[in-house]
Amino acid sequence: MAKQGNGEGYNRPRLALHVPEPKFRPGDTVDFSHIPVPEAGAQPRPDEACPAAETNPLCTDLVRVLGEDHQAHGPWNPRLAPDQLRAMLRDMALTRAFDERMYRGQRQGKTSFYMKCTGEEATSIAAAHALASDDMVFPSYRQQGILIARGYPLLEMINQIYSNRGDKLKGRQLPIMYSSRAHSFFTISGNLATQVPQAVGWAMASAIRHDSRIAATWLGEGSTAEGDFHSGMTFAAVYNAPVIFNVINNQWAISSFSGFAGSERTTFAARAIGYGIAGLRVDGNDPLAVYAAVRWAADRARSNNGPTLIEHFTYRAEGHSTSDDPSQYRSAHEREEWPLGDPIMRLKQHLIAIGEWSEEQHAEMDLALAEEVKAATKEAEKNGILGHGLHHPFHTMFEDVFEELPWHLEEQAEQAIREREIKWPQ
Amino acid sequence: MTGSMIDNDAVSLSDAPTRAMNMIEAINDALDIMLDRDPDVIVMGEDVGYFGGVFRATAGLQEKHGKTRVFDTPISECGIIGVAVGMGAYGLRPVPEIQFADYIYPGLDQLISEAARLRYRSAGEFIAPMTVRSPFGGGIFGGQTHSQSPEAIFTHVAGLKTVVPSTPHDAKGLLIAAIEDNDPVIFFEPKRIYNGPFDGYYDHPTKPWKEHRDAQVPEGYYSIPLGQARVVREGAALTVLAYGTMVHVAEAVCREKGVDAEILDLRTLVPLDIEAVEKSVEKTGRCLVIHEATRTSGFGAELSALVQERCFFHLEAPVERVTGFDTPYPHSLEWAYFPGPIRIGEAIDKLLGA
Repeated sequence: MAKQGNGEGYNRPRLALHVPEPKFRPGDTVDFSHIPVPEAGAQPRPDEACPAAETNPLCTDLVRVLGEDHQAHGPWNPRLAPDQLRAMLRDMALTRAFDERMYRGQRQGKTSFYMKCTGEEATSIAAAHALASDDMVFPSYRQQGILIARGYPLLEMINQIYSNRGDKLKGRQLPIMYSSRAHSFFTISGNLATQVPQAVGWAMASAIRHDSRIAATWLGEGSTAEGDFHSGMTFAAVYNAPVIFNVINNQWAISSFSGFAGSERTTFAARAIGYGIAGLRVDGNDPLAVYAAVRWAADRARSNNGPTLIEHFTYRAEGHSTSDDPSQYRSAHEREEWPLGDPIMRLKQHLIAIGEWSEEQHAEMDLALAEEVKAATKEAEKNGILGHGLHHPFHTMFEDVFEELPWHLEEQAEQAIREREIKWPQ
Repeated sequence: MTGSMIDNDAVSLSDAPTRAMNMIEAINDALDIMLDRDPDVIVMGEDVGYFGGVFRATAGLQEKHGKTRVFDTPISECGIIGVAVGMGAYGLRPVPEIQFADYIYPGLDQLISEAARLRYRSAGEFIAPMTVRSPFGGGIFGGQTHSQSPEAIFTHVAGLKTVVPSTPHDAKGLLIAAIEDNDPVIFFEPKRIYNGPFDGYYDHPTKPWKEHRDAQVPEGYYSIPLGQARVVREGAALTVLAYGTMVHVAEAVCREKGVDAEILDLRTLVPLDIEAVEKSVEKTGRCLVIHEATRTSGFGAELSALVQERCFFHLEAPVERVTGFDTPYPHSLEWAYFPGPIRIGEAIDKLLGA
């Protein structure tokens, strides 16, 4: 047997490990011309009941509706009424105003943590508009837009972010890890992609019960590397579950670019091809394209034609969270050079172009939304901010571990309360 | 939850007709009854559908209850548990099977970070009322991947209940209680005693269950509350805390040695029946903890600490632990690994001699 390991005596080159590297690092000039941006309206729209394989070409294409002329084009144009377009615009603008205020609140020390969704608003809000209000959503941590689109009170969101005594989750969860059963919004986990098989299980249950509701889940492109994503895809394919997988490809997973999840070889939508389910790749900054794609997938799922994987191609315009500083690992010019623009601006321009909106109305709306967020913030602050004593009673720490309190937790609760009395004598 | 049930008769339904069953039949019966009683109950897992499970625990259930109530799954423990969490959120009551406890690890994130935390993190909005059934323990020449006893991993997790039956009677009643419980329950079935109460002598033929008093299983529905230990035999010389297969091994050793031991079958590890433990140890003053799992950070360490903390002034000797060794479960040396009569006998001698 030939001697192994020293690489000598062979005609072929030595083995070399490929470690992906993003195109641009801090200080680099950004040129996104390698990203193909097909013409809006050019992508075919198969019937919702088509065989999954008919969608295969769309997995490497990019479904786009809004063109450079701000008009809606082609077969994916969802032909929404102006009122609905304005509602979507308002929800997106409100989400951005909310993000701005909460980010500032974190910097002012009112809470420990916040995550913005700037630039990605369409991927949750247009999607939420395309679903029925009682379709169950299993979001990741950047889908606050769904709650806003479903009319969840800002006050409740801020109470949660401040972990105050008004927080319905009793101050137990990291800020932004919302839960609202009444809004068919599943409790958010900090562990990535765990929600994917859960959404599939919910969808399977709905099918077992001959219900009409479907499930939808969201995850980042980075967490498609998790086993849970692939388990979920397998189960969805096997049982033809009525579920939609929304992969938000915002290019960055904290500091790791999408190449570390496999984007150098193929698209994320193309994962659908291997599983034999429908797949769509959509311009995630085009609210009409997002709406159309999710509506297509929802109609498909609701009529027993099975799951769809949608890759929303977008860009994370801000840091991963308030604990992140993206200037350390990516070029600051990426945001301005992003070839698909900004979702709020694009919908606004479209509404203006069709004569249903104006710059004045938009400015007025932005002011009103900022006021709305400010008022909710003030109201929430009456319930306290993080670390200022206005939290839930100590005993709640031990509740809901189990339905009933077992003896060992009762003993530990007594200890906690005793410690409190020592620290803060009445 | 804290009430100790020392009196076993209270749950044996003296009026109900009984039938001799082995543990598999008792588990199958419990699943059958719950599938009948509760339309929310779903049974799923690898090979559990048409085939009826590699240990036959789900035999006949798909044919009787239909393919959307009892079905096979992909080979993905992460997927099985994850899907069960979603089904629970919908309102179903899934009973997933993990084919061997040794295979449960890919599902740990879904169990530890998700199922066990849903109620807490959503302040009660979402729960995971699932019962994860899984054959566990060694003694069947399963090698290191079909023999493990990983219960301590689960007892360490806040929000999970862990149950280990040791008889057909208890397996049925505890499984029904676990399925009805609104918290996630890990239900470990000691596979060495599926077909008979193993006495620890691998070179003796195993007696079948039908000759054992606890193989008489009441017909129909009954449940045994979680969190209640069972007194296997009363005694005054020492207390043996055991569960699963080791209950029978301990019983055989004490019988042979003529030791007047009080043997407690814990049945539920979390929540633990601490009152029953305290009551017995306070009476006997000596305590032996036995489990088949590896020793370090095993559940025996917790039991030993609890007894020391709560019964110290009643103890006449240090608490003894008999466990498996801190090695993987070896195939050819399985019986050298197993905490059998010699290891238990030595520990008893040490306790009584102290």
